[in-house]
Amino acid sequence: MVRDPHGRPPIISINGVSKSFPGGVQALADISIEVAEGEFFALLGPSGCGKTTLLRILAGFETPSKGDVFIDGRNMSRVAPNHRPVNMVFQSYAVFPHMTVAENVAYGLKVGGGDRSGIPARVEEALELVRLAGYGDRSPQQLSGGQTQRVALARALVKKPRVLLLDEPLSALDAKLREAMQLELVRLQETVGITFVIVTHDQNEALSMADRIAVIEQGRLLQVASPLELYEYPTSRFVADFIGKMNLFEGTNLGCAGGVLSVNVNGLGRMDIPCEDNIEGDVGLAVRPEKMLLYDHRPDDRLAYEAIVDKIAYQGSETRVFLSTGDGINFEVSVRNASRRAAAESASGSVWVAWHPADTLILRD
Amino acid sequence: MSRRAPPGPLDYGRRLWLRFSLWATFLFLYAPILMLVAFSFNDSRRNIVWRGFTLKYYEKAWNNDSLIEAFTNSLTIALVSTVASVILGMMTAVLLWRFRFPGKAPYEGAMSLPIIIPEICMGVAMMAFFARIGWPANLPWPLNLGAITIAHISFSFPFVAMVVRARLARFNPELEEAARDLGASQWQSFRDVLLPYMRPGLVAGGLLAFTLSLDDFVITFFTSGPETVTFPVKVYSMIRFSVTPEVNAASTVLIAITLFLTTIALWLQNRAQSS
Repeated sequence: MVRDPHGRPPIISINGVSKSFPGGVQALADISIEVAEGEFFALLGPSGCGKTTLLRILAGFETPSKGDVFIDGRNMSRVAPNHRPVNMVFQSYAVFPHMTVAENVAYGLKVGGGDRSGIPARVEEALELVRLAGYGDRSPQQLSGGQTQRVALARALVKKPRVLLLDEPLSALDAKLREAMQLELVRLQETVGITFVIVTHDQNEALSMADRIAVIEQGRLLQVASPLELYEYPTSRFVADFIGKMNLFEGTNLGCAGGVLSVNVNGLGRMDIPCEDNIEGDVGLAVRPEKMLLYDHRPDDRLAYEAIVDKIAYQGSETRVFLSTGDGINFEVSVRNASRRAAAESASGSVWVAWHPADTLILRD
Repeated sequence: MSRRAPPGPLDYGRRLWLRFSLWATFLFLYAPILMLVAFSFNDSRRNIVWRGFTLKYYEKAWNNDSLIEAFTNSLTIALVSTVASVILGMMTAVLLWRFRFPGKAPYEGAMSLPIIIPEICMGVAMMAFFARIGWPANLPWPLNLGAITIAHISFSFPFVAMVVRARLARFNPELEEAARDLGASQWQSFRDVLLPYMRPGLVAGGLLAFTLSLDDFVITFFTSGPETVTFPVKVYSMIRFSVTPEVNAASTVLIAITLFLTTIALWLQNRAQSS
């Protein structure tokens, strides 16, 4: 699903791409994704899932074993990396150590040949864009990690690519700088209007930056959706569990009638969940920890189960409460510490865990 | 108080026994060389007693045509074999670093064979080889140095390859990919990224090859003819009669040239790094 208000064709179209490495390792299996022009698109997955391989296929450093990649309407199968309308920010930044900052940024403009008169102005413009104006004469050894990354960004953006590829660009930065750079990258993308494709294993990074996220696991594409959709409506157990925290329950499908799905959950008994269409076969149910509330009495208007508090983990803005029922079912509830008083009071003993039936997710995969 | 405190990492130089071993090492390394240089200025036919300062043995060495010829031969061979070894060694290092091919492990082993084979065996093998293929003997200078030069290249380039390979092992392949990504062709990314990265290794390997070639005796002895005497071979034939200050003088000039070239190379390398 590509949402483009102007009805333009997708800038990137990945059609049934598979990749096997010598030795029989299948890195990617039948991946199809379309990315709209101007989108901030994230490839998200645990390390080793194949997301970097997919990015390297887009850059031209790997060739797909099967399938085709179209960028800007052209089939890229036989196009070398230096002739593709894409540029990349590498995980190690790969800033040339024997060149100054300005020489690094100018490299892509010089190496292609052609008119050289406009190069200094374009380099200066690119350095201003990443807020490194005046750093042109420095050597990369004199820069901090964050500055080095800006050089890598400027070097890629100065070529005005159709697509900018970013391979784990924030993984080498410390936590505070990482958060600042997330906002910076979004600002940059809005300024230049270039399509960004970013690879990350950090779900927070993907959720806070991307317009759409593709979740990849063991070379398979599990779900492509907006951050909100991905978090609130994951379609598979893996996505539900990988993005954020999740309470997962397994159960037997008792059937769907009148817009209500009845499930016999192991250890908790029958649950009635609103559903839209008929669902058959075994299902999993899932509830986010922050959708659950703790009560000292049984509430009437929601699903509620009595449980014992096992452990409490105070985390500043929220407190995570771990509970279990007599039948061995575990809950994790996240309580927002909206006031100092609330933070100081911690649940203990026997309480009721409750949530709205509408906040229950139905997982079929 | 400070006497009792354990020494810090940089304090060991203050310990007497450590200073002693430091100076002893210097003495063993450089005393013979200093002696050689000093006695090249000695006004005596024997290298034993100091009789006063003179430059006449330098003049004598300069006027000794066969010594100068040997000297020229050595330098010519060293220069040609260094250039060839650097190019060949670099290509071998890049080949072994970048590519996987059947028989790579045996190839790698075979490549370092000239380093481990005893020189005397190399010398005999070279002599037998050039005799067997009928290498022409009476070519005009400098073509008559061909056999020696080839022999020198064959034992020098593995050293260059080893030095460059060791440096390449720490190369970040993303640098080359970044160049390709920015529009460089294979050749441009090699020229702009890989070559500057290898440069210190090439300079070090080149220096190694130059010194190896300049002072090689054994292999040269077996591959040289009566017309192609190199400096070490010539010195050997001269000291069979007597060690004259003339030999000292010629050796001092050789040391000076080597030091000069090394300094130039290091200076070039420093300049390339700081700019």
